[in-house]
Amino acid sequence: MAFNDPQANEKGMQSKAEKNVWLLAFFTFLVVSVAGIVEIVPLFYLDSALPAKNIPGVVWKREAGQSLDDWKEGDGVRPLKPLELAGRDIYQREGCYLCHSQMVRPFRDEKERYGHYSLASESMYDHPFQWGSKRTGPDLARLGGKYSDEWHIQHLKAPRSVVPESVMPNYPWLLENTVDGETLKAHMRGLRSVGVPYTDADIESAAAITGKTEMEAVVAYLQQLGTMVKFQEGVEYHE
Amino acid sequence: MEEAAAEQKYNFDVVRWFAVMTAVYLVVGATVGVYIASELAWPVLNLDSPYLSFGRLRPLHTNAVIFAFGGCILMATTFYTVQRTCGVKLWSNKLAWFTFWGWNLIIVAAVITLPLGLTQSKEYAELEWPIDLAIAVVWLSFMFNFMMTIANRKTKHIYVSNWFFMGMMIMITILHVVNSAAIPVGAFKSYSVYSGVQDAMIQWWWGHNAVGFYLTAGFLGIMYYFVPKQANRPVFSYRLSVIHFWALMFGYVWLGAHHLQYTALPDWTGSLGAAVSIAMIIPSWGGAVNGMMTLSGAWDKLRNDYVLRFLIMSLAFYAMSTFEGPIMSIKTVNALSHYTDWTIGHVHSGALGWVAMVGIGALYHMIPKVFHTPMYSQKLINMHFWTATVGTVVYIVAMWVSGIMQGLMWRAYDDYGTLAYTFAESVEAMHPYYAMRAIGGAIFLLGAVIMLYNIIMTVLKAKSEGTVKAAQTAAVTA
Repeated sequence: MAFNDPQANEKGMQSKAEKNVWLLAFFTFLVVSVAGIVEIVPLFYLDSALPAKNIPGVVWKREAGQSLDDWKEGDGVRPLKPLELAGRDIYQREGCYLCHSQMVRPFRDEKERYGHYSLASESMYDHPFQWGSKRTGPDLARLGGKYSDEWHIQHLKAPRSVVPESVMPNYPWLLENTVDGETLKAHMRGLRSVGVPYTDADIESAAAITGKTEMEAVVAYLQQLGTMVKFQEGVEYHE
Repeated sequence: MEEAAAEQKYNFDVVRWFAVMTAVYLVVGATVGVYIASELAWPVLNLDSPYLSFGRLRPLHTNAVIFAFGGCILMATTFYTVQRTCGVKLWSNKLAWFTFWGWNLIIVAAVITLPLGLTQSKEYAELEWPIDLAIAVVWLSFMFNFMMTIANRKTKHIYVSNWFFMGMMIMITILHVVNSAAIPVGAFKSYSVYSGVQDAMIQWWWGHNAVGFYLTAGFLGIMYYFVPKQANRPVFSYRLSVIHFWALMFGYVWLGAHHLQYTALPDWTGSLGAAVSIAMIIPSWGGAVNGMMTLSGAWDKLRNDYVLRFLIMSLAFYAMSTFEGPIMSIKTVNALSHYTDWTIGHVHSGALGWVAMVGIGALYHMIPKVFHTPMYSQKLINMHFWTATVGTVVYIVAMWVSGIMQGLMWRAYDDYGTLAYTFAESVEAMHPYYAMRAIGGAIFLLGAVIMLYNIIMTVLKAKSEGTVKAAQTAAVTA
C-alpha cells in the first residue's frame, strides 16, 4: 500500500533524509532552530523587552562617585547591596522560588493582594530571574516594607507561629550560619562580568558584611523586594 | 536460537545495566516525590533539617525522575533499538560504557549537591556548572555513538524511532548549552549569564522543551519501536509518522512562552506561544492515533498482554495531556491555572501517565529479551499496571481540584468588592488535596517497588540458570 510504504517516493527529500543520518540531523537542526530565533533573539535588542526603562524613576542613573548607599527611595532599580545579595544567594540555595513567585500579573485581584504589576526593568539585574512558576505560598514581588524585620525573623524561624495555616518549612539554621564578605566579593565580580554595574568600591564594601547572620541577609533581601520603583499615578508603565 | 543470535550480534551488556538502573531510579525518584508531597500536607516532616527541607528536595525529585529514571530508560531503549533497527552492533561498546558510568556519576553528584543547596535555581536545570559540563560531555558521547551506529547500519532507511531519538539528542544539546550558560563564581556557585526577561524566556524555552524533546520526542522514539513490537504489527501509518515527526520538531520549540503569559515579557511572545500550543494538538494526536491504531484489529490482545496495557494506557494519557496542555495555554485559562497546582497535575498526567508508563512497558518488553528469561511474574506486572493507573488518576484528580480551587479563591470577591479570601485561607483549603496527592503518589510508588522486585527476581533467575552466558556461547547458524 503506497500510503504506508517508505519506498513510495524514493526521490523525495524525506526519502533522502531517511537514508542519510547527517542530512537528517542537519534538517532537524534547521527546523528546531526557527522558534528560538523568532522568540528569543529579539528580546536581546528590541526596546519593547524593557518598555519602562527610560521612564524617570524606573532605573537608577548612578552618577560617578556615588555609592550604593547614595541611592534614595524613588531613584529606581539599582543593583543589590552586598548584604541583600547574600540574602538572595540564600533565597536561591533554599529553593524559595519553587513555592513563591516574584511576578505580579496585571489583574485586579493581584493588584489588591500584592500591589502594582511587575515591570521587566525590575528584574534586569536578576541573574537568574526569580519569577517562579508556582504559588504554594504568596507572591513576593512587592513584599518589601509590608512586615517588620522582627515579623520576618519569627516567620522564617517558625512560620506557623505567625501564620497557623502555613506549610512552609522552618528555617532555624539561618540564625546560626553567618555570611562571608570575601565570598560575596567574588560573587559581585562575577555579576559585574555579566552586566550588573557594580563599582570597585561597591565590591570592596562587601567586606563589612562578614559575620552577619544568614537571617539578617535574607531579611535585608526580602525587605527591598519591589520597593525600588516608586510608581506614579497616571504614568503608563506598559506599552 | 533467535535470541542467542541477537545476543551475539549486538552489545546487550550496557542495555542490561541501564535497564536495571531504570527500575532502581524510578523507586528512588518516586520515593522523594512522595516524601515532599507529604511535606506539603504535613510540614512537620521537614524536620527542621536543611537537607530535608522542601525547597532542596524538590529539585532532587525532579532531577531523579527526569534525568535518572528518564535518562536511563532512554539510554537503555536507544542502545537497544538502534542496534536492532540498524542490524549492527554499537559503533563503540566502550563509549557506551563511558556513557553509562558518566551518567550514573552525574546522578550521584546530583544526589549529593542538591540537598546541600548547591543549585543554579533554574527549574529542571538546577545542577551547578561543573556537573553541567559533565552532562554536556556524557550527552555528546551518547549522541555520537548513536549517530555513528546509524551511519554503520545494514538497512537502507533509518527507522522512525531513531528520528525521534536523534531529534531529542540534537535539541537537548542546544537547550542545555544555551540555558546553562553561567559565570562561575566558586567551585559550586554560578550566576546565569542572562537576567530578567531574557533569562525567563530562555529558561522556559528550556523548561518546556525538556518536556517536548526529552520527555516527549525521546519517549515517542520508544513508543514507535516497542508498541509495534509488543503488538507484533507494523506501525499504523508511515506517512502519519513523518508528519508527526516534523511537526513536533518544528512546533514544540515555540511553546515555552506560554509559561510566561501576563508576565513582564512582551505580550506577543506569550500569544505566539499560545497559538502554536493550540496547533500542537494536531501532531500530538496524530502521534497518539498512530500508536493506538497500530493495535487496530488486534484489540483483544489487551485482554491478556499486560505489557501492551501499559503501552496503550500511556498513549491514552499522552493524548489527554496533549489536549490539556493547549487548553491551559489559552490566555484566559492560563490566567486562572498559572501558579496553581493545576500545572503540577498536568505535568504528572504527562510524567506518570505517559512517560513512566511507556517507559515501564518498554522495560517489561526488553528485560526478558536481554536476560533471555521470561518475567518472574506476569501477575505482578498486572498488579503494577493497576497501581500505576490508579495512583496516577488519584494524583491528577487531587491536583485538578486543588488547582482550580486555588485559582478561583485567589480571584474571588465578596459582596463589598473586596477580596473574599486571604492567601492563608487558600493554603488551608489545600490540605485534603495535598494529603490525597501524597496517597496517589504512594500508590504509584508501590507499583514501582513491585516492578523492581519483579525485575530483580527475573535477573536472579537468569543468573542462576546462566541464560545470558548460554545465549552468548550457543552455536548459531548464520
